[in-house]
Amino acid sequence: MLQRMLAGGLIAGFAAGLLGVLLHFAFVQQKILLGEEYETGAVVHFAGASGAEAHDASHEASHDTAHEHEHEGSQPGDAARNALTVLFTGLIYAGYGLVLVAGFALAEHFGQKITPPVALLWGIAGFVTFQLAPAMGLAPELPGTIAADLGLRQVWWLATVLATAAGLALLAYGRGVWAWVAAGALLAAPHGVGAPHLDEFFGSAPPELAAEFAARVLGVGLATWAALGWLAGRFWTREAG
Amino acid sequence: MREGNANAVGCDGKENIMNAVNHSAAKSQSGLLSILFVALIGATVLFVAGHAQSSTLHDAAHDMRHATGFPCH
Repeated sequence: MLQRMLAGGLIAGFAAGLLGVLLHFAFVQQKILLGEEYETGAVVHFAGASGAEAHDASHEASHDTAHEHEHEGSQPGDAARNALTVLFTGLIYAGYGLVLVAGFALAEHFGQKITPPVALLWGIAGFVTFQLAPAMGLAPELPGTIAADLGLRQVWWLATVLATAAGLALLAYGRGVWAWVAAGALLAAPHGVGAPHLDEFFGSAPPELAAEFAARVLGVGLATWAALGWLAGRFWTREAG
Repeated sequence: MREGNANAVGCDGKENIMNAVNHSAAKSQSGLLSILFVALIGATVLFVAGHAQSSTLHDAAHDMRHATGFPCH
């Protein structure tokens, strides 16, 4: 049992993480790098709509620079930095994988059967739990985003993950109206309370860039989690057979 | 145990059933412990890679944290 969980969770996690990091370099990394250029002031977005300090003088030139930069395509970048991103994406999905197979084992302990299609749904539920629901309150941040106190945000993040996981589990496996009511309450509660936010916006990057970044992060997350659920389900049922 | 006694028909049968019951209780308990153990390893990995704020870890995991929606800075 232990070996089945560890092997399945780690292999599926690292394999999904590898897909995740490929998608990250294809769709997300250039947005992070561009966000950092706005953060450091290497390129500047005009400040008209945001009401932040005016950078009108540099508006024309910097705006053009930003667009040119975006179309330069991928740069060699810092190899060590990218290697660490590969390593940590693998690690984080290995962590997700272990939590996922522990969930499979717990479900089977209570008599639920985990088949590959069910495992795929678990993967998508994992995406909702760990990424989509927290993103409802704390949208994925471009580098340079100024936000509320980190500790408070981490507490809200963790509480949201726990409440969403419990809510989805109750919705899927709970019996009776009260289980479903409790599920709805758990799913809604973090968003009723609301994530910690500042009263003002301080973003230095254009809203279009932040929106593209957030959308791509969620899209890549969904694809990677779906792969994780599918792979973990394959290993799980193969080991059982 | 009670179930074992109720179903027992003789010395040998009773012992076998009790063994089976004990065995399945022990297996169930070790199963739950294994599940807890694996979930804890997973959660620890998530905490260290996703949330721990030592500056070395933060810098190393920086891009991944932004790209998986962890609160980073």
